[in-house]
Amino acid sequence: MSEKPNPRVPIEPERYELSAKPFYHFAWNRREFFQFLGAGMLVLGVMRDAAAMQESGQARRRGEESLPREVSSWLHIGEDGSVTVFTGKVEVGQDIRTSLTQAVAEELRVSIDSIRMVMGDTQVVPFDMGTFGSRTTPTMNLQLRRVSATARDALVQLAAQRWNADAKTLSAKNGEISDASGHSISYGDLLKGQQITEMIPAEDPLEPASEWTVAGKPLARVNGRELVTGEHRYPSDHALPGMLYGKIVRPDAFNATLVSADTAKAEKMPGVAVVRDGDFLGVVAPTSFEARKAAEAIQATWKSEPQPSNKDLFEVLRKTAGAEEERDRGTHITGSIEQGMAAADQRLKQTYTVQYIAHTPLEPRAAVAQWDGDKLTVWTGTQRPFGVRQELAEAFHLKEDQVHVFMPDTGAAYGGKHTGETAIEAARLARAAKRPVKVVWTREEEFTWAYFRPAGVIDVSSGVKNDGSITAWEFHNYNSGGAGIPTYYDIANQHIQFHPSHSPLRQGSYRGLAATANHFARESHMDELAHLVKMDPLEFRLKNLKNERLRAVFQAAAEKVGWEKRKKEPGRGFGMGGGFEKAGNVATVAEVSVDRASRKVKIERLVTAFECGAIVNPENLESQVAGANIMGIGGALFEAIQFENGKILNPRLSQYRVPRFSDVPKIEVVLLDRKDIPSAGAGETPIVGVAPAVGNAIFKAAGVRLRSLPMVPEGLPKA
Amino acid sequence: MAKSLQLEINGKAHQVNADPGVPLLYVLRENLNLTGTKYGCGEGQCGACTVMVDGVARRSCLTPVGSVAGKKITTIEGLASNGKLHPLQQAFWDADAFQCSYCTSGMIVAAAAFLKTNANPSEAQIAHALNGNVCRCGTHPRIIAAVQKAAKAMREKS
Repeated sequence: MSEKPNPRVPIEPERYELSAKPFYHFAWNRREFFQFLGAGMLVLGVMRDAAAMQESGQARRRGEESLPREVSSWLHIGEDGSVTVFTGKVEVGQDIRTSLTQAVAEELRVSIDSIRMVMGDTQVVPFDMGTFGSRTTPTMNLQLRRVSATARDALVQLAAQRWNADAKTLSAKNGEISDASGHSISYGDLLKGQQITEMIPAEDPLEPASEWTVAGKPLARVNGRELVTGEHRYPSDHALPGMLYGKIVRPDAFNATLVSADTAKAEKMPGVAVVRDGDFLGVVAPTSFEARKAAEAIQATWKSEPQPSNKDLFEVLRKTAGAEEERDRGTHITGSIEQGMAAADQRLKQTYTVQYIAHTPLEPRAAVAQWDGDKLTVWTGTQRPFGVRQELAEAFHLKEDQVHVFMPDTGAAYGGKHTGETAIEAARLARAAKRPVKVVWTREEEFTWAYFRPAGVIDVSSGVKNDGSITAWEFHNYNSGGAGIPTYYDIANQHIQFHPSHSPLRQGSYRGLAATANHFARESHMDELAHLVKMDPLEFRLKNLKNERLRAVFQAAAEKVGWEKRKKEPGRGFGMGGGFEKAGNVATVAEVSVDRASRKVKIERLVTAFECGAIVNPENLESQVAGANIMGIGGALFEAIQFENGKILNPRLSQYRVPRFSDVPKIEVVLLDRKDIPSAGAGETPIVGVAPAVGNAIFKAAGVRLRSLPMVPEGLPKA
Repeated sequence: MAKSLQLEINGKAHQVNADPGVPLLYVLRENLNLTGTKYGCGEGQCGACTVMVDGVARRSCLTPVGSVAGKKITTIEGLASNGKLHPLQQAFWDADAFQCSYCTSGMIVAAAAFLKTNANPSEAQIAHALNGNVCRCGTHPRIIAAVQKAAKAMREKS
């Protein structure tokens, strides 16, 4: 077993929940593999540094028994032509099950329905750090393409040998190899009785996007039938024979210790058992209803210290800045702020804030745990099955190969399901009960005991000349994070810094990370500067922006919305916001109406232009962009966690408002396809333009500048 | 206290032993293994648990099972007939009207009940009818398009 941080994957400092180091454990060898999957062909994608370490230095090897640990994906073609693909990536609604299937079909030249995608099962898939950071498309999609192309070439070679023909005269199509005279043989027939292993570095050349045939076109969900009929089993649907239902007795505040617990009444209930281990207190019962009743019957006393509340939040974040351990703060200094300010005609200093918000995946955390002696199997919804395996191993003092984590396609996550608390709870209860146990968090638990998107304070100082050129840019982010903090505007004098603080609440990754907060501050400030020098917001941005890709999305969004000819009437306004993050370029234009009398703010229209290189699946991409826009509406307008002295005050959907149909405006997505640029992920970046675009539009509509997210939780604030 | 209750679900009679106060949602999921109906909030705010009772949309998380004994209960599992998808199911699939799809069962059942009252709804009417159903992934425009598509298919068939 090797243990080392993965050098290829930079982790943003605000992924606070990811303290776990990546951990390789790869126990398979070649023979076991063919025993498991049957004869045929096995192709492994190996990371380059691992491949380079092989003695021969050759990219491809055949026939060795042990397999390298640094494999990142593999694919098997059976004697019946069926294709099985293994990846540690998981499906949480971004539909990579379809897009990865499509990539394999494209390169291997087989039908979609001959492919089975095995995902997120730690027993059979290669190690993967997790499904986050919009990395599946730029990394796994490409890798599976390479693996599939290798398999196709090997099949062509096999046929060439069999027919004594020149491989160049053969072609692969529809799961068959054919020659010019019309001879053909299916992949399955070629592989009868064979045990072929191919190994490739994950960087072989590929077909350019312009040659793609299946990929790049809309493809319906490969498992759509299971989804629309209710047959798909989400983690919370999983059930085992003899399974009990678990419920945790929660403290009345964060960071509390258990003083005493009267469990007598609960223990008398039929079929109920109480489990206490330190501050862990829970029950199991034959049904979830009985488990809840039993938990409610326990009288527990907790002790906790006084803790901050919303009203102190921003002061706390400023005051405790630097209190956290040293991290990469993304500090960026060029030129001299002093000189830049001196060269400016006008100067502006403003502060922007964002509140904690909750991911609120519609499926709350859920896990089913089963022990077999000292072996533990857990079915759970997580973006990091291998991370959860490690958490379980640590919690129960096991080796990782004693723990098997399986992740069924899950009811969303948005960066919120990186950790394994529910898996640990279910496993602890199951060990005591000596039966499988399921724990499904209630919505209140999900709102309280999960982690939140970090709150933050951002101070921006800038200087600008009257001709619109920005001369100085100073930007300090307290607590929310460093993602999206660099400015893409061309400014000679910059000082940009992220300051970690001591967060009163548990916080962690959220779709787009701090890019939402940083773009909100930057793009709002840009609008304020444009206003200061009396320039059109688009013209002002373009004056300070050289990046062609970013200019293109701003221009595309403006063109779609009819920016030049936009109507200027009281109570209505247009605003824009955009940027660059995770190799994607986005610009959003919002049209907003404000009713002065009722103080009601309504987003009438959102137009988002997005470009993330070559488009893999336009249908799915459009869906991701629109979805991110709609999710962004919540954080922009009304989502905020209220807390006081270690308690969440609004832990219910009736108290925490998420976007509904009535909040959703007309949404238009403009996709720019750059076939010459490798595909980047799209699950996150399209969220970042929404809040500043809406804030800037509110300013135009009502003359009120809003610098705190959410902006209008109770309607337009009184001036 | 647990009682023996007679339930008619998706046209089939079921006998279950349950406390009449237990929400229908848990009886469906735990006693009958009908897990297409989802838990989302437990307070009738998200619609993931929507079923039809005598053809009307109901939040199964707030419906005591004792109150629906003897009534006709329809869940997502009961919409397809003889392997043929309900027009709403087909339209959701065709329109890609989901991402994680956890809200889909509730959306489809709520929409099926709604289309019984309005066979040719406008976008605004659909948005109003489904406003109690949360889709956190933000597929709302596609859901509206799917419901309209299904409504059209159903009108043409009848």
